[in-house]
Amino acid sequence: MTGSSFTGVTYPPFTLTHVDALESEAVHIFREVAGEFERPLILFSGGKDSLVMLHLALKAFAPAPLPFGLLHVDTGHNFPEVLRFRDETVAEHGLRLHVASVQRYLDNGRLRERPDGTRNPLQTLPLLEAINEHRFDAVFGGGRRDEEKARAKERVFSLRDEFGGWDPRRQRPELWQLYNGRHSPGEHVRVFPLSNWTELDVWQYIAREKIVLPSIYYAHRREVFSRSGMWLAPGAWGGPKDGERVATRLVRYRTVGDMSCTGAVDSDADTVEKVIAEIAASRLTERGATRADDKLSEAAMEDRKREGYF
Amino acid sequence: MRTTAESTEPSAATALLRFATAGSVDDGKSTLVGRLLHDSTSVPSDQLEAVSRASRARGQETPDLALLTDGLRAEREQGITIDVAYRYFATPRRRFILADTPGHVQYTRNMVTGASTAELAVVLVDARNGVVEQTRRHAAVAALLRVPHVVLAVNKMDLVDYAEAAFATIADEFAGYAASLGVPEVTAVPISALAGDNVVTRSAHMDWYSGPTVLEHLETVPVTHDPTDDPARFPVQYVIRPRTAEHPDYRGYAGQLASGVLRVGDRVTVHPAGRSSTIAAIDALGQSVEVAWAPQSVTLRLADDLDISRGDLIAPANAPVRAGQDLAATVCHLHDRPLRPGDRVLVKHTTRTVKAIVKEIPTRLTLADLSQHPDPGELAANDIGRVVLRTAEPLAVDPYAASRRTGSFLLIDPADGSTLTAGMARAATGSP
Repeated sequence: MTGSSFTGVTYPPFTLTHVDALESEAVHIFREVAGEFERPLILFSGGKDSLVMLHLALKAFAPAPLPFGLLHVDTGHNFPEVLRFRDETVAEHGLRLHVASVQRYLDNGRLRERPDGTRNPLQTLPLLEAINEHRFDAVFGGGRRDEEKARAKERVFSLRDEFGGWDPRRQRPELWQLYNGRHSPGEHVRVFPLSNWTELDVWQYIAREKIVLPSIYYAHRREVFSRSGMWLAPGAWGGPKDGERVATRLVRYRTVGDMSCTGAVDSDADTVEKVIAEIAASRLTERGATRADDKLSEAAMEDRKREGYF
Repeated sequence: MRTTAESTEPSAATALLRFATAGSVDDGKSTLVGRLLHDSTSVPSDQLEAVSRASRARGQETPDLALLTDGLRAEREQGITIDVAYRYFATPRRRFILADTPGHVQYTRNMVTGASTAELAVVLVDARNGVVEQTRRHAAVAALLRVPHVVLAVNKMDLVDYAEAAFATIADEFAGYAASLGVPEVTAVPISALAGDNVVTRSAHMDWYSGPTVLEHLETVPVTHDPTDDPARFPVQYVIRPRTAEHPDYRGYAGQLASGVLRVGDRVTVHPAGRSSTIAAIDALGQSVEVAWAPQSVTLRLADDLDISRGDLIAPANAPVRAGQDLAATVCHLHDRPLRPGDRVLVKHTTRTVKAIVKEIPTRLTLADLSQHPDPGELAANDIGRVVLRTAEPLAVDPYAASRRTGSFLLIDPADGSTLTAGMARAATGSP
């Protein structure tokens, strides 16, 4: 699947490779939003999809500064190395970063910890309140349609009601490259410039553009313990429990998110080339391999998205 | 003159094919899509496992491949596909984006949606029923949307004893109908999606068929269109003015080439104002280049300081666009609220949105026999018809037949922002 058999193939003049076509399309989407909305915002976690998004956005407006701010919804259980990387990236490019803190909502009693300990669904309220408070009208997310079956139905421009809700049965048809961003006051539009990218496309783009990622995406030795078939990192978030044994293994992460539900995979891929080879050969999706929250029910993602999740 | 195509590393150099599937409810479209994904080993094992689990929970013994594509709770509950979904798969030869369009009641608008970006459409028929009204409808929509390639997949060949005569009759009838619609190319393939014949692997039951399997055809159909054949069209999306110490005077017009090729030194005209200048520089996402082609996103700098903003269209001075306020078009109405003469709407065309009024709805198309029903009074959801619009400002529009990108537009409800109608310009706009 790496296409290495294509070495030496020459393409006719004036063609675009699929990565170039995807890049061009994503840049078009960023510029459409800049042209049509008052207060756009990029959701930014420091993970690979949001870093690719940021890279594309910077290219789309170069040599001008990025016309958008960033928002990170911090569950309070994020990987410290990813948070450090997030802050370094923001400083390097002179960006504006808002942080919506799930921990603060828990501390002041507006949210309550779930019995299963996952904080992913708890992100929705701080996200929606940050959007309302700053009156953001377009919110970029790094979601890709290949990630999950409910996301496969997601539009590039996705209208959200005043409660942030997504109604899959009432979506606007989306034709050609004509994106309709019209919305009423209080509503906003979620925009997914990486809709047509796959995990492999993202990694090929990371390789080509030499995008630097947090170290946890590459194989490293770390302490993990097994829960529900996944390698979780121990931490103050609540693991390991009795009977769960910590071991040091050679692992890497395919997604980064809340530590309580993001698992590592056994891997010796310590370079971007090795990661690409590993993904091309993998028979597991990134979410299937490493996300516990999607396994809660057959429609877990759809249900969260209806509530306003990204 | 080439830049990116040669510098890209080989692993990322495969081309992309966007295609759409169409078929009515019981033709086995979900099974075909499931088979295509499954047999090309594009289904990750965790997704397959989820499908097996869900199938078992419903009491089905074998995994229902249709569950791979029906992602929404309501779709799975009702066993139907409600909305267009996009699927991604790859073979060593090509990357694919599949617009999986439902064949149910809202067939037309959903197929229009899927076909709008497709370079190829797969039309599915049941070998036992042959060409039916729905088949003609799908072919007509593919022709209307100017999908360059059409594949007729004659499914359920296992139920007609894999008989060549059954296939040939259907293929001939469809080819004749498609030719009358102006479909440039049809490839007919006899398949059984359920048994897997000729979808990905060659059938052992139809040695009389020597053509490609569906996947082989998808992998090899030529889709690289030479953009030098078309006049350049560059809708301005956004003006980049850094006003920084490093770039105090930079003024760039950002956009994606809708068609054609632009070079540094080209003489260009800005529409609809009609002023001309010369391309001084092209910035291709941070890299200075001499030439750019569709569909690259680039930034142009011009030799003269003209007043240019979002919504303007830059075109070669020797290949101008006609701009006007009367727009005649073929449309597919998408919204449950009907479209009527006198309606006030917004027209979104490339990067420009203008007010307009629906002046006339001269005809509605009867898809079954392609006859024009005169003066229908309104267009309901899924209707295809002709519409005449009067726009508040001039629009620089190409005929859809010449450019899918600069000949297409949306009608939007100014009150609530709903997308009402998909439009394909018929002729260049007339003068006021």
